[in-house]
Amino acid sequence: MNGTLSVIQGFLGGLGRAQFFVLQVVASLPSLLLRPRLLVQQLYHVGQLSMIIIVLSGSFVGMVLALQGYRTLIRFGAEESLGVFVALVIIRELGPVVTALLFAGRAGSALAAELGLMRATDQLSAMEMMAVDPVRRVVAPRFLAGVIAMPLLASIFAVMAIGIAGGHAIGVELLGVDAGSYWSQIRASVGMEDIADGLIKSLVFGFAVSWIAVYQGFHAEPTSEGVARATTSTVVISSLSILALDFVLTAFMFK
Amino acid sequence: MSAPGPMLVRARGLRFAHGSRVIYDDVNVDIARGKVTAIMGPSGSGKTTLLRLIGGQWRPGAGTVEFDGTNVHALGRRALYSLRKRMGMLFQNGALLTDLNVFENVAFPLREQTRLPEPMIRDLVLMKLHAVGLRGARDLFPSQLSGGMSRRVALARAIALDPDLVMFDEPFAGQDPISMGVLMRLIRSLNDALGLTSIVVSHDLQEVLSIADYGYLIADGKVQAQGTADEIRASGHPWVRQFLEGLPDGPVAFHYPATDYAADLLGKAQP
Ligand SMILES: Nc1ncnc2c1ncn2[C@@H]1O[C@H](COP(=O)(O)OP(=O)(O)O)[C@@H](O)[C@H]1O
Ligand SMILES: [Mg+2]
Repeated sequence: MNGTLSVIQGFLGGLGRAQFFVLQVVASLPSLLLRPRLLVQQLYHVGQLSMIIIVLSGSFVGMVLALQGYRTLIRFGAEESLGVFVALVIIRELGPVVTALLFAGRAGSALAAELGLMRATDQLSAMEMMAVDPVRRVVAPRFLAGVIAMPLLASIFAVMAIGIAGGHAIGVELLGVDAGSYWSQIRASVGMEDIADGLIKSLVFGFAVSWIAVYQGFHAEPTSEGVARATTSTVVISSLSILALDFVLTAFMFK
Repeated sequence: MSAPGPMLVRARGLRFAHGSRVIYDDVNVDIARGKVTAIMGPSGSGKTTLLRLIGGQWRPGAGTVEFDGTNVHALGRRALYSLRKRMGMLFQNGALLTDLNVFENVAFPLREQTRLPEPMIRDLVLMKLHAVGLRGARDLFPSQLSGGMSRRVALARAIALDPDLVMFDEPFAGQDPISMGVLMRLIRSLNDALGLTSIVVSHDLQEVLSIADYGYLIADGKVQAQGTADEIRASGHPWVRQFLEGLPDGPVAFHYPATDYAADLLGKAQP
């Protein structure tokens, strides 16, 4: 009984500290306007980490959706709608979610490990002693780069998946979907609000993953175990948050 | 404004605890201007903690730290940061920024704190690196440096903004005799040449006393001994003797607290 209570208390306390931290980070974002180079460096870094896995997984997910969708749709003689099916599923759902999960595993964990190591090797303390605010100098650009990169990566994922699914479905003799109807149905049925929903989702996921990663890394216990724990928690907490947030957002968007 | 006193740093009645573990219990320390002051004590006695308290990174439970007449812990964040520009600190392992090379590490405080033109930054960095003998290592990355070299780069970085005070956390730990001698001479000669005030934290009494003007031996949360190097060596204080002679038993017990040995051997195994 008491144990549960203290776990809940610890969780709420942690949440409070994490909220305070992200407010601090957000408050120091304007200072990046003066030093855009810091942000560009981090964007480049995140892109370099994530681009290949996003492109590859987008292609695979697209091919799987084409196969699965075709099998289901052909039973209803609706294989012409394969394009709409693939596009909507990818843009509204799988694009943001799968991208965010991969982003958490690749860029999020790397970010937590980087900050945790800087904590463990006193680099963050050293900055403080040089009168440089590490939240402003180190955390803010990495956080913002994560938030900006997620929608971009999700878009790349979606383009790859829809393109590959289309190319696959059209190109593979077996499926033989008509190219014209694949693309024209997508153009006719996918609206701006679908794309907006997908972008909102990926922005929210990007915010959540970046927040969790910088918080875990920055507050890691300054030991090797502390860094390892920060990295693992980042991936676990991020993945759960992504799925939970996805449900909440989807529920709102269907209203 | 009163005339500057002889003490750059005055810590009075310091108390500090990590949770329930008391690190300092009423400690007074003075750091004289222009001098090298040694802070000595066994591992875990809170030497690093003292440096963090002076730098305002941690806040004492009670007591005050004054830096040049200013109460460090009464300052707002902005004022504290501008005070820190007058302090340099060398962390135990150098704490160089791993994604920057040697040159950029030393340039870091200059780039962050000043608007100097690039040619001037370059000259300043090369001067500081030359002072620690590493002008030729400017393009190396921290992972390519030996421990002693990392500390010398960190020293160059710590003096980049020409501070009044430089704090060294265990600069000799884990160094071979040559590297140790280099660091010792550097600390002393830079202190005198640049008119610095230095605090050197160490558990090597013999070594640190050979370059220090004054020293404090801190253990068990208190100042156990203080004085000039000669006074401390001559004091015959049990802590000093155990340290200087490396005795396994003394104020620092060899045995971790335990029940009586014989009773333990003869007694039943714990359930
Ligand atoms: N962040 C911390 N939380 C809890 N205890 C700490 C922390 N940092 C240091 N300590 C403890 O405080 C004591 C003093 O630490 P420190 O000042 O680093 O000692 P020293 O530098 O003399 O070896 C040690 O016993 C250490 O375990
Ligand atoms: Mg220490």
